[in-house]
Amino acid sequence: MAILEILVYPDPRLKQVSTPVEKFDDSLRNFIADLEETMRAGPGGVGIAAPQVGRFERIVIVDVSSKPKIPHHGHLVLINPVVIQHDGWEVGREGCLSVPNYTGNVGRWEQIRLSAQDQWGNACVFEMQGFEARAVQHEMDHLQGLLFLDRLVSRRGSLFKRKVYKPAVTNSNVEKD
Amino acid sequence: MEFMVKNWFMLTLVGQDGPGIVAKLTGVLHAANCNLGEASMTRLGGNFTIMLMVEFEGVAESLEKTIFPVCDSLNLRCHVDLIEGQLHRHVEPDVRISVHGADRAGIVAEATKVLAEAGLNILNLESDVGGTSNAPIYIMHIEGVASKGIEPLKEALAVLDREVDVVTDLSEIEILRG
Repeated sequence: MAILEILVYPDPRLKQVSTPVEKFDDSLRNFIADLEETMRAGPGGVGIAAPQVGRFERIVIVDVSSKPKIPHHGHLVLINPVVIQHDGWEVGREGCLSVPNYTGNVGRWEQIRLSAQDQWGNACVFEMQGFEARAVQHEMDHLQGLLFLDRLVSRRGSLFKRKVYKPAVTNSNVEKD
Repeated sequence: MEFMVKNWFMLTLVGQDGPGIVAKLTGVLHAANCNLGEASMTRLGGNFTIMLMVEFEGVAESLEKTIFPVCDSLNLRCHVDLIEGQLHRHVEPDVRISVHGADRAGIVAEATKVLAEAGLNILNLESDVGGTSNAPIYIMHIEGVASKGIEPLKEALAVLDREVDVVTDLSEIEILRG
C-alpha cells in the first residue's frame, strides 16, 4: 500500500476525461487499495477519484460513514459509475483534495439512482440522497475532467439549507385511518 | 539604488456606481505592477463599494499617488491601509444564519450581540433592505464559526425569535471534501 501523489489545480491533467475500466484484476484492486489509503490520508476526505492521482480510469471511492445522522451505504468502490436517474436539486458547500484552501457552493442532484461495478466487476445499483449523492457526483465529475470550481454558484444570495433527512416510511409508522 | 519592499495594502473605495469602474481601477493597478489578492465588491444602496487587497512595491503614499488620479476621474473616495496579507489561510464557516423582519433600527445590534455571546465568530455578513419605502424589510445573512457549538446559537436565536420581532433560521454548513 502507498499514499499516491494528488494532482492539484491548475494541473491540466485534471481536465482529462477518464476511460472505462475493462480489466478487473489484482493490479486494479492493488491500485484501489492505494487510492483508498490516499483518501484516508487527507483531512476529512469522504471521496476520491482515480484521475486525482493521475490514473485516468473510471474509478471512484466514496465513504461518508464518518458523518453523523445521514443515510449512506458505507464504504463504496464504484467502477464505471453512471447516474441512471436523478431528482431534486440542492446547493451545498464543497472542497476538494485537488483544490487546497478553497471551498465553494455547488448545486447537485438531491437524489440519484446509480449503476456501477464493484472491484470484481459485479454490476450493482444504488439509490442515494443528500450528502452521499453529492459526494458521488463530485467524484464522478473528476472522471469527466470537471472540478467543483467549474460548477460554482455565487455565495451572495445563494440561500441554502442543510438537508433534513426524513425517516423512511414503513408500514409500522404509516398512520392508518 | 533604492530597494523597495513589497507590501500588502487594503484599498477601500466608495462612490457613485457606474459601469467599468473595476476595469479602469484594476487597469491602473496592473500598469503600476500591483498584484491583487482577495476582493469584495458590492453595490450598497446604489453606491459602488470595493475592498481590495493590493500587493505593491512601495509605501502607502506612493500607492495613493498612483491611484488618486483614476479615483478622481471616477469620483471615488479612496482609503489605503497597510495590512498583513494573510492568503492561503481561509477559515471555513460551519454555520449559516439568516434573520429577517420589518426594517427598524437595532436589528443587527440585537442579533449579533446575542450571537457573539453564544460563541459566533462572523466571517461574512450580507444584508439588504427590501420591500417598499413604506414597508421596508431587512434581510441579513451571516456565515460564521460556532466556537461554542451549534446549540448555544440555536438557543440565542430562539430568544431573538421570542423577544424581538424577527424571523431567524440556522443551518449547519457541512463541507464535502472529495
